[in-house]
Amino acid sequence: MNDTPQPRKLTLYVAGQTPKSIAAIANLKAIVAGPLAGQYEIEVIDLRQNPKLAKEHSIVAIPTLVRELPVPIRKVIGDLSDVEKVLVALKVQGE
Amino acid sequence: MHAPPSLPKSLTGIEGFDDLTLGGLPTGRPSIVCGSAGCGKTLFATTFLVHGARDYDEPGVFVSFEERPADIIANVASLGFDMDRLIAEEKLAMEHIAINPAELAEIGDYDLEGLFLRLELAIDAVGARRVVLDTIESLFSAFTNQAVLRAELRRLFDWLKDRGLTTVITAERGDGTLTRQGLEEYVSDCVILLDHRVHNQISTRRMRIVKYRGTAHGTNEYPFLIDRDGFSVLPVGSLGLNHQVFEERIASGVVDLDAMIQGGGFHRASSILVSGVAGAGKSSLAASFLHAAAARGERAIYFSFEEAERQIVRNMRSIGLDLEPFLAQGLIRFISARPTFYSLEMHLAIMLREVQKFRPQLVVLDPISAFMESGDPLEVQSMLLRMVDFLKSSGITGVFTHLMHTQGGDYATDVGLSSLMDGWVLMLNREVGGEFNRELYLLKARGTAHSNQVREFVMNDQGIQLLPPYLGEGGAVTGSTRRAEEARTRRAAAERAAQLERARIQIDIRRRKAAAQIEALQAELAGYEAEMASAASAETEYQRRAADDAAVMQMSRRGDGKTT
Repeated sequence: MNDTPQPRKLTLYVAGQTPKSIAAIANLKAIVAGPLAGQYEIEVIDLRQNPKLAKEHSIVAIPTLVRELPVPIRKVIGDLSDVEKVLVALKVQGE
Repeated sequence: MHAPPSLPKSLTGIEGFDDLTLGGLPTGRPSIVCGSAGCGKTLFATTFLVHGARDYDEPGVFVSFEERPADIIANVASLGFDMDRLIAEEKLAMEHIAINPAELAEIGDYDLEGLFLRLELAIDAVGARRVVLDTIESLFSAFTNQAVLRAELRRLFDWLKDRGLTTVITAERGDGTLTRQGLEEYVSDCVILLDHRVHNQISTRRMRIVKYRGTAHGTNEYPFLIDRDGFSVLPVGSLGLNHQVFEERIASGVVDLDAMIQGGGFHRASSILVSGVAGAGKSSLAASFLHAAAARGERAIYFSFEEAERQIVRNMRSIGLDLEPFLAQGLIRFISARPTFYSLEMHLAIMLREVQKFRPQLVVLDPISAFMESGDPLEVQSMLLRMVDFLKSSGITGVFTHLMHTQGGDYATDVGLSSLMDGWVLMLNREVGGEFNRELYLLKARGTAHSNQVREFVMNDQGIQLLPPYLGEGGAVTGSTRRAEEARTRRAAAERAAQLERARIQIDIRRRKAAAQIEALQAELAGYEAEMASAASAETEYQRRAADDAAVMQMSRRGDGKTT
């Protein structure tokens, strides 16, 4: 019902090319391309390259998917292997 | 126990703890500090970290999983820990790991690499040698996948160990286990348990080293303190019987008392028990010891469990003991605390700490009987025993006063301390003839010959005096009876003197009479002698005349020739 003109941003934090990270990136791309097509755009941040961002964004677990807007902030940790659960977790009121 | 003989250790800077563990926490290994809420885990960890960064040139990282860094910094600022400055000097880094489970969903496999990355960054930023994880168990409420979490924690501890970081991990005490999440399984080198117990409404903090692989350590529970000086452990159990022995005598401040002991006083480092009923003058005698020590230029501490400092100073002035100048010079310290302020252990711990800090030559505990209300007799005895041992092994003279409730024939103290004591001064307050008089008796003075007399004890503005014993007809007497007896004796003496004088005069008269008689007789004798002499001279004259006459007659008869 919320017709936002711009897609919202999802940030995925990974640390290097670990199997979990690669799986998470692949799973997220599939979700954004499929069930949530057009609603989100993805940014992948490798904390190995830029570890300062881990503190800045309070990242502890890897991989972590962060949706900062709309509030409240949502964090999903894990390789996002269960699509249904990811959709539930990203769902906000009015969606 | 296959560790090398000299396990490297890192000083924590926590008073007492480093002695107890012979050097601190194991270097380069994780140690667990566990305990229930509010028992001082975070303070222990913070002290370890701040001392490392400030005093031992070992920068540190504080990873907080609960409190915000600003709160921690504010909490320890009152202890003189300027964490802000250490952070500014890049000797300390704070890392706040906060996870809000409400905004978190777990989907699929994950790890805690983010934590590792953040830790690594902070460690590298300050070149950390020490790390504190406070309280890592919070992670268990943030993440639901316990299997992942446990694996990651194990990896974390190994990672810290591989990097040679001396780590303190705080953990909440579990129900029947040391830590709620069984962290001690992962950290096997050193486990320290902090405890906060309330007994009879008096709280005591205690510490126990549950495990310290590869090193000797005390296994007892040690009380510890959290006060304005921070965290200090008080190793009170580790006291032996290797007392120092002194030949030197010390003055008690009561000259007459010293004179009762052959050699002129109690030995230095003696433990002297002053027992007596209420108002017998125990505190005054103890203060006299204190005053005498300070007058010698020695330091002394007066632990008072009933009176406040000002009160003692005022009261002692009335018996000529001015403690004020010595207080001003810093030779005397008063420490007043009600027995119920702390537990027995804590009292002992505080006393030991004060003694170690102040380094006195004399310590007064007034009165030890005050503890009887706050603990069971065995505990009180054990505490006092340790105090006595501590003082003796430090070469400190101890004066302990003890309030007796009766003064019958049984002089044993309630706390059974008499055998611990080298000297025992018994002070009585006896009612005789409608008045109370103080008496002092030296019941025991180990290693010295001493007087067996009961002496009357008098306090006035000249100080304390012991009057020599006065033996009346009915035994030793004191007070008015003594004065009456003395007066009676004086009257008797005067009476005898008067009698003597009278007798002397009478005899003198008789003597003079006799002398007069002798004179008269001598005069008579002289008369007789004169008479005798005149008779003799008459005879001589007669004889001469007769001879003359005969010669004349012979001359006249010459014609008839010779006669035969």
